[in-house]
Amino acid sequence: MSDTGRRLARMGAAITLGCGLSGCTLRVLDPTGPVGMQERTILLNATIVMLVIIVPTMLATLAVAWWYRPGNPRAVRRPHWSFSGRIEIVTWSIPLLAILFLGGIAWIGSHDLDPGKPLPSKEKPLEVEVVSLDWKWLFLYPEARVASLNRLVIPVGRPVQLRLTSASVWNGFFVPGLGSMIYTMSGMATRLNLEADREGTFRGLSTHLSGDGFSDMTFETRAVPGNAFAAWLGGAQGSTDTLDDDAYRALSRQSSNDPPKTYRLADDRLFDRIVAQALPPGPGPVAGRPDPSVSPRQGH
Amino acid sequence: MLGKLSLAAIPLDQPIPLFAGAFVGLVLLGVVAWIVLAGHLPYLWREWITSVDHKRIGVMYVIFALVMLLRGFTDAMMMRSQQALAFDAPGYLPPEHYNQIFSAHGTIMIFFVAMPFMIGLMNFVLPLQLGVRDVAFPTLNSVSFWLTCTGALLVNLSLVVGEFQRTGWLPYPPLSEITYSPGVGVDYWLWALSIAGIGTLMTGINFVTTILKMRAPGMSYLRMPMFCWTALATNLLIVAAFPILTAVSAMLILDRYLGFHFFTDTAGGNSMLFMSLIWAWGHPEVYILILPAFGIFSEVVSTFSGKPLFGYRSMVLATMAICMLAFMVWLHHFFTMGAGADVNGVFGIMSMIIAVPTGVKVFNWLFTMYGGRVRISAAMLWSIGFMLTFVVGGMTGVMLAIPPVDFVLHNSTFLIAHFHNVIIGGVLFGAFAGYTYWFPKAFGFRLHEGWGKAAFWCWQIGFWLAFGPLYVTGLDGMTRRLQHYDVPEWRPWLLVALLGAVTILAGIACQIVQLVVSIRRRETLRDATGDPWDGRSLEWSTASPPPAFNFAVLPDVHGEEPYWTVKERARAQHALPDRPRYEAIAVPRNSPTGFVCAFFATLIGFSMIWHIWWLAIAGALGAYATFVVFAWRDRTEEEIPADEVARIDALNRRARSQALDAMEMVR
Repeated sequence: MSDTGRRLARMGAAITLGCGLSGCTLRVLDPTGPVGMQERTILLNATIVMLVIIVPTMLATLAVAWWYRPGNPRAVRRPHWSFSGRIEIVTWSIPLLAILFLGGIAWIGSHDLDPGKPLPSKEKPLEVEVVSLDWKWLFLYPEARVASLNRLVIPVGRPVQLRLTSASVWNGFFVPGLGSMIYTMSGMATRLNLEADREGTFRGLSTHLSGDGFSDMTFETRAVPGNAFAAWLGGAQGSTDTLDDDAYRALSRQSSNDPPKTYRLADDRLFDRIVAQALPPGPGPVAGRPDPSVSPRQGH
Repeated sequence: MLGKLSLAAIPLDQPIPLFAGAFVGLVLLGVVAWIVLAGHLPYLWREWITSVDHKRIGVMYVIFALVMLLRGFTDAMMMRSQQALAFDAPGYLPPEHYNQIFSAHGTIMIFFVAMPFMIGLMNFVLPLQLGVRDVAFPTLNSVSFWLTCTGALLVNLSLVVGEFQRTGWLPYPPLSEITYSPGVGVDYWLWALSIAGIGTLMTGINFVTTILKMRAPGMSYLRMPMFCWTALATNLLIVAAFPILTAVSAMLILDRYLGFHFFTDTAGGNSMLFMSLIWAWGHPEVYILILPAFGIFSEVVSTFSGKPLFGYRSMVLATMAICMLAFMVWLHHFFTMGAGADVNGVFGIMSMIIAVPTGVKVFNWLFTMYGGRVRISAAMLWSIGFMLTFVVGGMTGVMLAIPPVDFVLHNSTFLIAHFHNVIIGGVLFGAFAGYTYWFPKAFGFRLHEGWGKAAFWCWQIGFWLAFGPLYVTGLDGMTRRLQHYDVPEWRPWLLVALLGAVTILAGIACQIVQLVVSIRRRETLRDATGDPWDGRSLEWSTASPPPAFNFAVLPDVHGEEPYWTVKERARAQHALPDRPRYEAIAVPRNSPTGFVCAFFATLIGFSMIWHIWWLAIAGALGAYATFVVFAWRDRTEEEIPADEVARIDALNRRARSQALDAMEMVR
């Protein structure tokens, strides 16, 4: 079977199965790790609570509109009826009670799942620093003095404490298979805590438009066992490429689809210097048609 | 001499905008040529372009919104087809073009479709429902309309001269700052929206004044029809929110033109400030759009159920509660900025609280139908479709208001599906219901029901086909604004979404056919009585189309449903109320001020975008001169003599008394 043929067959299968909640899994509803799992629970609970109210409301709307059609002789018409204190109390109470309940979930949830809050664990969390550049992701492991471009490698079962910033415009750091996202912003550092419970490769992406290369700002997240992680760090430490200031400046120029790559990290305070803008933010577009001041373009 | 402008600014390398521009240009040229050659220009100038009649301005707003809907929908079709093609492939739209398309889609749909549609309906209906002859400031009204046109003209001009912004429908810094967007695209947005925004602000001031100061004798606040209440809430929001938009645009203009650092993230600027300010306008904007729609549904459901609105006072309370709360929730647009648990928690709960008055409204419409005689006309179909669709959008909205849920769904296609769910299923369905409902009032004949119902079904089914899949892909981690992607699981859903967009296209085609068919068969669809739906509020008491002065004698209001009471009395007594004593009526004189102002505003906007400083100064001087000429005018009003008023009203009374006789024959 040809490649397109297989693809079409797969597509057809996905559609006929209805994909829905049974046929294939949805990343946000099938996460690994405590953050994603709790968020999934809240999402499903809130949805069920609201469905209990809105499904009967929708059915009642249809039923009332049908029953009181002009041709129904059994419908009792009350053309002047326009107020009932009892019904008013019920119509205000139902949404009020639902919102009281959901508001409680929102309040507790936003405290429990505050992205900056460390995850409970006996192990010391792994510190990773994330820098979004035009248009790639740079992951720094200051303790091991290692840097990785467009690939995040983390150990299974150990919390990861992320500090994030941007070297130019805003981006959103998001690994749907693990949980919460957070913005990266130049001159500022945000915090995020995540953990992977099982081995796997997860898709990461940017969730905030950052320009022409935005769609390619994807990265691979690999959750590997502790010894494999140590081996990976060791391998990266032996890398021939060093990420120093000059290499970073070259990286901060606009480019997309850079293949994953590891570096030795020359300065373990690189992240703080990026946040403090001691290293200048990325230069933005340099080419355009007829020039960048009218319409900036890539590759002209 | 011409700043940055040169022939090279025309994107000759991109055939799509060029062909689109050429096509639209040819159509426009053809229409103008036809108008001039057929000798319609003097009529158009005298009766429409310079008109300060709120009904004419309202009609022009709605036509404007419908035309812009076609433009915005074309963008939507391009986005859906691009995403259907761009699995592991570049598709046919490169990022620099695709990013312009979704930015233009959002800008046009919100500012030049949804807003003008609602403002147009308010313009047309509000004075008629309040029982008055015009809005508070008729010429200002015309200025507002033409400034809105200037904004739309600039946005559409960017199709062929330079580029439009590529930062999404809102110019988020630092991407929109001069370093990362050195092109003219962001400037097009800033000047177009600054100018159109001033127009909208003046509309808000005009309508708030009209509602507060110009109601018919006896029409106390709690006797106003529901649409007037929602219009009041909307315009209060406009007055409070639009200055923020103007200010934030001005700050970004200063950043880009004079090297200021409000939002640069360097030299002390901070882009989070922009985020906060733009949503302090942007969230009330959502309610500016939906509240008038709630008003329309209230009128339609009540009329077609043959019953007064259930829980009127409760509805007033709910409307004003939404109006207040609209200003207290803006932070939910950036839960993922890392503001902290307390801030996120408070704004999450505030956002959910809005669901309470909204839920009350849904229940009250339900009880309005209960015990009525529910006629399923096209307008009613849009309303019931709304009730079924909107509750789902409300549910997904409350989901997104829970911060931990937003942490996994923010900026995803789930969010896209949610706000299209409330904007198409709420605002647009409301606009179409209002368009169907008040069309006979504006033109004296009804729209064809069959084509209207066909349009509804296409829109309703198309909506679910187009946005249901986006809910699913959002749950699968798909973010918005992707020009291409490499996840095979998303592909089938995006193909279904394209099918949905095509179905909606069929709905739009039905609406165009409906308009053509209705105009051609206008004699069979004619409504002589001025009251085609057995309405309850004052706009149905005057002729269709209403005379320039709206009411021969201002109505005397004694209750919540003044016209219904008069009608019931006439039916009981088998006679119309006594013939009143007519007096001469002064109506405001038409004025080209609005059109001329907008001409100069266009010059200012265009020359500022392209750095043609001398032309900007010339435009500003011209606009000032226009103001001086208008301020020193000698005659402000024309008088319609009492005989003429009597003659016009006699026609209306004759039609109504025939209708009354006909009704008795049936009995």
